[in-house]
Amino acid sequence: MNATFETRMDTLPQAARGSQQGAPDTSDPMIEIDHLDFYYGANHALRDISLQIPGHQVTAFIGPSGCGKSTLLRCFNRMNDLIEGTRIGNGQIRIHGIDISDPAVDTIALRRQVGMVFQKSNPFPKSIYENIAYGLQIQGVRDRRRLDEVVEKSLRGAALWDEVKDRLHTSALGLSGGQQQRVCIARAIAVEPSIILMDEPCSALDPIATAKVEELIHELKKNYTIVIVTHNMQQAGRCSDMTAFFYLGQLIEMGKTEKIFTNPVQKQTEDYISGRFG
Amino acid sequence: MNHFWEKNLTEIREQLLLMSGLSERSLSMAMRGLVNRDETLCDSVEAEDSQIDLLEIQIDEMVITYMATHGPVAKDCRFMLAASKISSNLERIADQATKIARNAKRLNQEPLLKPLIDIPLMAQIGQEMLRDSMTAYVEAKPDLATEIVARDKSVNDIYKQLARELTSYMIEDPKTITRALNLLTVAKALERVADHVTNIAEEVFYLYKGEDIRHERGRKAIV
Repeated sequence: MNATFETRMDTLPQAARGSQQGAPDTSDPMIEIDHLDFYYGANHALRDISLQIPGHQVTAFIGPSGCGKSTLLRCFNRMNDLIEGTRIGNGQIRIHGIDISDPAVDTIALRRQVGMVFQKSNPFPKSIYENIAYGLQIQGVRDRRRLDEVVEKSLRGAALWDEVKDRLHTSALGLSGGQQQRVCIARAIAVEPSIILMDEPCSALDPIATAKVEELIHELKKNYTIVIVTHNMQQAGRCSDMTAFFYLGQLIEMGKTEKIFTNPVQKQTEDYISGRFG
Repeated sequence: MNHFWEKNLTEIREQLLLMSGLSERSLSMAMRGLVNRDETLCDSVEAEDSQIDLLEIQIDEMVITYMATHGPVAKDCRFMLAASKISSNLERIADQATKIARNAKRLNQEPLLKPLIDIPLMAQIGQEMLRDSMTAYVEAKPDLATEIVARDKSVNDIYKQLARELTSYMIEDPKTITRALNLLTVAKALERVADHVTNIAEEVFYLYKGEDIRHERGRKAIV
């Protein structure tokens, strides 16, 4: 069964896999969540969540701290499996139509398809080059020319190539915070995922670095499906196509970002985004 | 719970109410200047116009400052957009009052061409529309706003009928042309007042409902 996720991935059309060519396919949902319940031990953290995340768009998860948005994000690549006592009570998450909760799914293959960028940039204490090449190297890729190509392509994709091309073999830890975060994005896209999860990727960055990452997110959606958790309402408004608002483990409202930020249906959404509670 | 920044919204709302009160007073003074042939009142209208212009500038400054510093969303964002547009329309209503006052002064130099019946009626409807639109704004009554939009048609109808009547005066006796044109200018100004009030009512509806009802008749015709 370990091959299930891999096998199904191989049958997907190129556009759905993050192809650099052709018009992106936004017609089908990339991630489908049906009546999901999630627990940290006895704590019922996500309650009956159902939503669909469209392909090749940016979907923002917003909500007050503890509302479950990061928990849901980590469900998409089963990062929660690493936390003891967590479990999915009911429901299902399907990526490309495949139920990823199935214990037989190869989580390594899943995480190759569903990359992640965290709140604090976390480059390995290695060179810039090695950071980007690492994912391929652990897959067994040894061909230097191929690695060079992927490193350049990934750094270009992360809008970082021009800034670091002359110092690829210096430590990634010597870069600025914004550059380190873009190294992490380059590292994530080096293994050609179809989905990139971002958990508050700009919260530790200054406005200029934030603008660069936001610009990058806008570019990346041509080739990837992006889900971003943010506490910055203006960032959600600027960057995302769809916005979902969570509160106390429940999905309160999801819709097009322009609708959510101009005329939300639910009063709770309105109160949260305008800073009246939360 | 009231948040500290909501005082900015209250201040903008109060400035708008002050502006609408002044605009309505200008309109009322201009009409009394015309009906009572009172030149002093007409001069007062022109003198007050600059105060209303200043209020428009102040409201726009408050709106732009709030938008730049607070990044309003949802209803707060619509509030800011509506405030700017409402103040712009109120300023134009005051401009129309000034136009009426200037024409009234010219008309007051000569005998009346005809009894003033339709023009005061247009002014009365326009003033009621203005009062009701600000009531809809303050009391959050979008349904009242839609009703105001419907009333604009009656002002348009009176204007068209009066324009036909004044045209016939001018055809029959060219010596009436100057007075007829001045009256027509006053009537056109009142018709524009009703249009501006309609715009305000549409902004009020958008503010509270989040739906754009501008140019609805035109849109329906296209659909």
